[in-house]
Amino acid sequence: MSAYAVVYAFALVGVGFAAVVLIAARVFRPSVPYARKDSTYECGIPAVGSTEVKLNIRFHTFALLFVLFDVEILYVYPWAVTARELGRLALYEMGAFLAIVFLGLAFAWRKGALSWEQ
Amino acid sequence: MTAPKPAPAKAPLPEPVLNRKNGILMADRRWPTDQWAHPWSLPGYRNGALMLAGIILGILGGGALIGELSKWGDKLYALMAAFATAKGISTVAVDAVWVAIKVLIVLHVILVNGLWSIWWERKISAHIQSRVGPTYAGGFHGWAQTICDGIKLFLKEDITPAAADHWVHALAPAIVIAPCIAAFAPVLFGTDLAAARLDVGTLYVFAFAGISVIGVVMAGWASGNKYSLLGGLRAAAQIVSYELPRGFSVVPVIMFAGSLDLSVIADAQSGYWWGVAPRWFVFYPVVGQVAFLIFLIASIAETNRTPFDIPEAESELVGGFHTEYSGMKWSVFFLAEYAYVLLASFLLATFFLGGGGSPLPWAPFTLVPSWIWMLSKAMFMMFVFLWVRWTLPRLRVDQLMDFNWKFLLPWSFANIAVAGLYLAFWLK
Repeated sequence: MSAYAVVYAFALVGVGFAAVVLIAARVFRPSVPYARKDSTYECGIPAVGSTEVKLNIRFHTFALLFVLFDVEILYVYPWAVTARELGRLALYEMGAFLAIVFLGLAFAWRKGALSWEQ
Repeated sequence: MTAPKPAPAKAPLPEPVLNRKNGILMADRRWPTDQWAHPWSLPGYRNGALMLAGIILGILGGGALIGELSKWGDKLYALMAAFATAKGISTVAVDAVWVAIKVLIVLHVILVNGLWSIWWERKISAHIQSRVGPTYAGGFHGWAQTICDGIKLFLKEDITPAAADHWVHALAPAIVIAPCIAAFAPVLFGTDLAAARLDVGTLYVFAFAGISVIGVVMAGWASGNKYSLLGGLRAAAQIVSYELPRGFSVVPVIMFAGSLDLSVIADAQSGYWWGVAPRWFVFYPVVGQVAFLIFLIASIAETNRTPFDIPEAESELVGGFHTEYSGMKWSVFFLAEYAYVLLASFLLATFFLGGGGSPLPWAPFTLVPSWIWMLSKAMFMMFVFLWVRWTLPRLRVDQLMDFNWKFLLPWSFANIAVAGLYLAFWLK
């Protein structure tokens, strides 16, 4: 029996648990909606405007940076698993690779992409 | 303008109802904080502390019992297979039942952990703040409080705001909890004690734990509330950012162990230096401690707990991404949060604290089963999580991002470089 059968079972149980719990609560709980209860929470006063507000551009910058560096993690993991067998040369190569990645980080740092306030 | 009315005659206050529990008037009860010098001189405090120790030992014992039973797992499986062949049932059915048993046990661990860790968090926060915590309500030391909370949340009305995107709003908690449960598949509960032994276990756990952030963003986006939106985006930025040092900090561990399989990583830490000091990765000079600290800090940030609870900063954003959630949907978010704390505790114990290995190579320690060690280490790490939460103040959002990108990430790179030197000159 493959270990991945258990993984599929886990995924299935995860989805099933969420569905059962959220739907079962619907059977037992009361439901008395009215307009004021369903209004947007704003500390007691009516909400002003919509949620289409201007957002800080930083969120997008950090999302882009995350994608870049997260891909680097995927390059480093396979090397880390075989680091002992591959020996010195691969170690130096990974050193060069990480140095380049770090240069990228330093570039972003220098350009101010890593600071929240500007 | 009317003349001010004379104040109505006040009715006499009713006699205060005194709690005569245990024959002690609440009014003249002495609290531990009255006697900082000798808190142990108070029988209530002393007995409470002893009982707390008893409960913790009881939980450990319960875990040990389950672990002990798992020893006979293979025999039980053989018995079931023999029964199936005798009755002419397909072995696929036996396997299905077997997988179901495993999954349900782990699901049980996640749910009981919700009850246990919330109660423990209340107790620890109370003791850190010189309060007594749950004592009177909910039975002995408030053991039933979290159970009552669960029932209450189950029966609470679910309020979906009119401005919300109903489907996305309802789906978000499911998308947070489902990958969280799935991420527990390869988690080690002792030496070779895992529901599924995956050769890519580390990557699998990180990958599944990373999915939950989508649910958080969905919750923030769909609520139709500015606080929720900001909270959700902040949560996304934070979780996503801290995933990088978290991923890079385990690279030295993978290099030393030579595998992504959690069992192999734990086994690589068996043995003792000079016959005394355990070869846990946290004890590898400099690299081990740096990796451990980065992983711990990043794990705390991943679970949005207090020094890093910018996404739900109460003073700025009401409740963050779960402002508009109530009832069962809300509690599912919190179940997932505590499940992630448990997951991080077990990962820390596996990666850095030797998994199920004994800390000392001598008889009374080595006789203790591996699941007790694993559980003790994980519970210790969970205690650190709670301790940090109730000790440190919240970081500001720019400090939070600076700390991650300008401190943790460069140092995790440097850590990999030093680990490479170890591999080249020391460990070979």
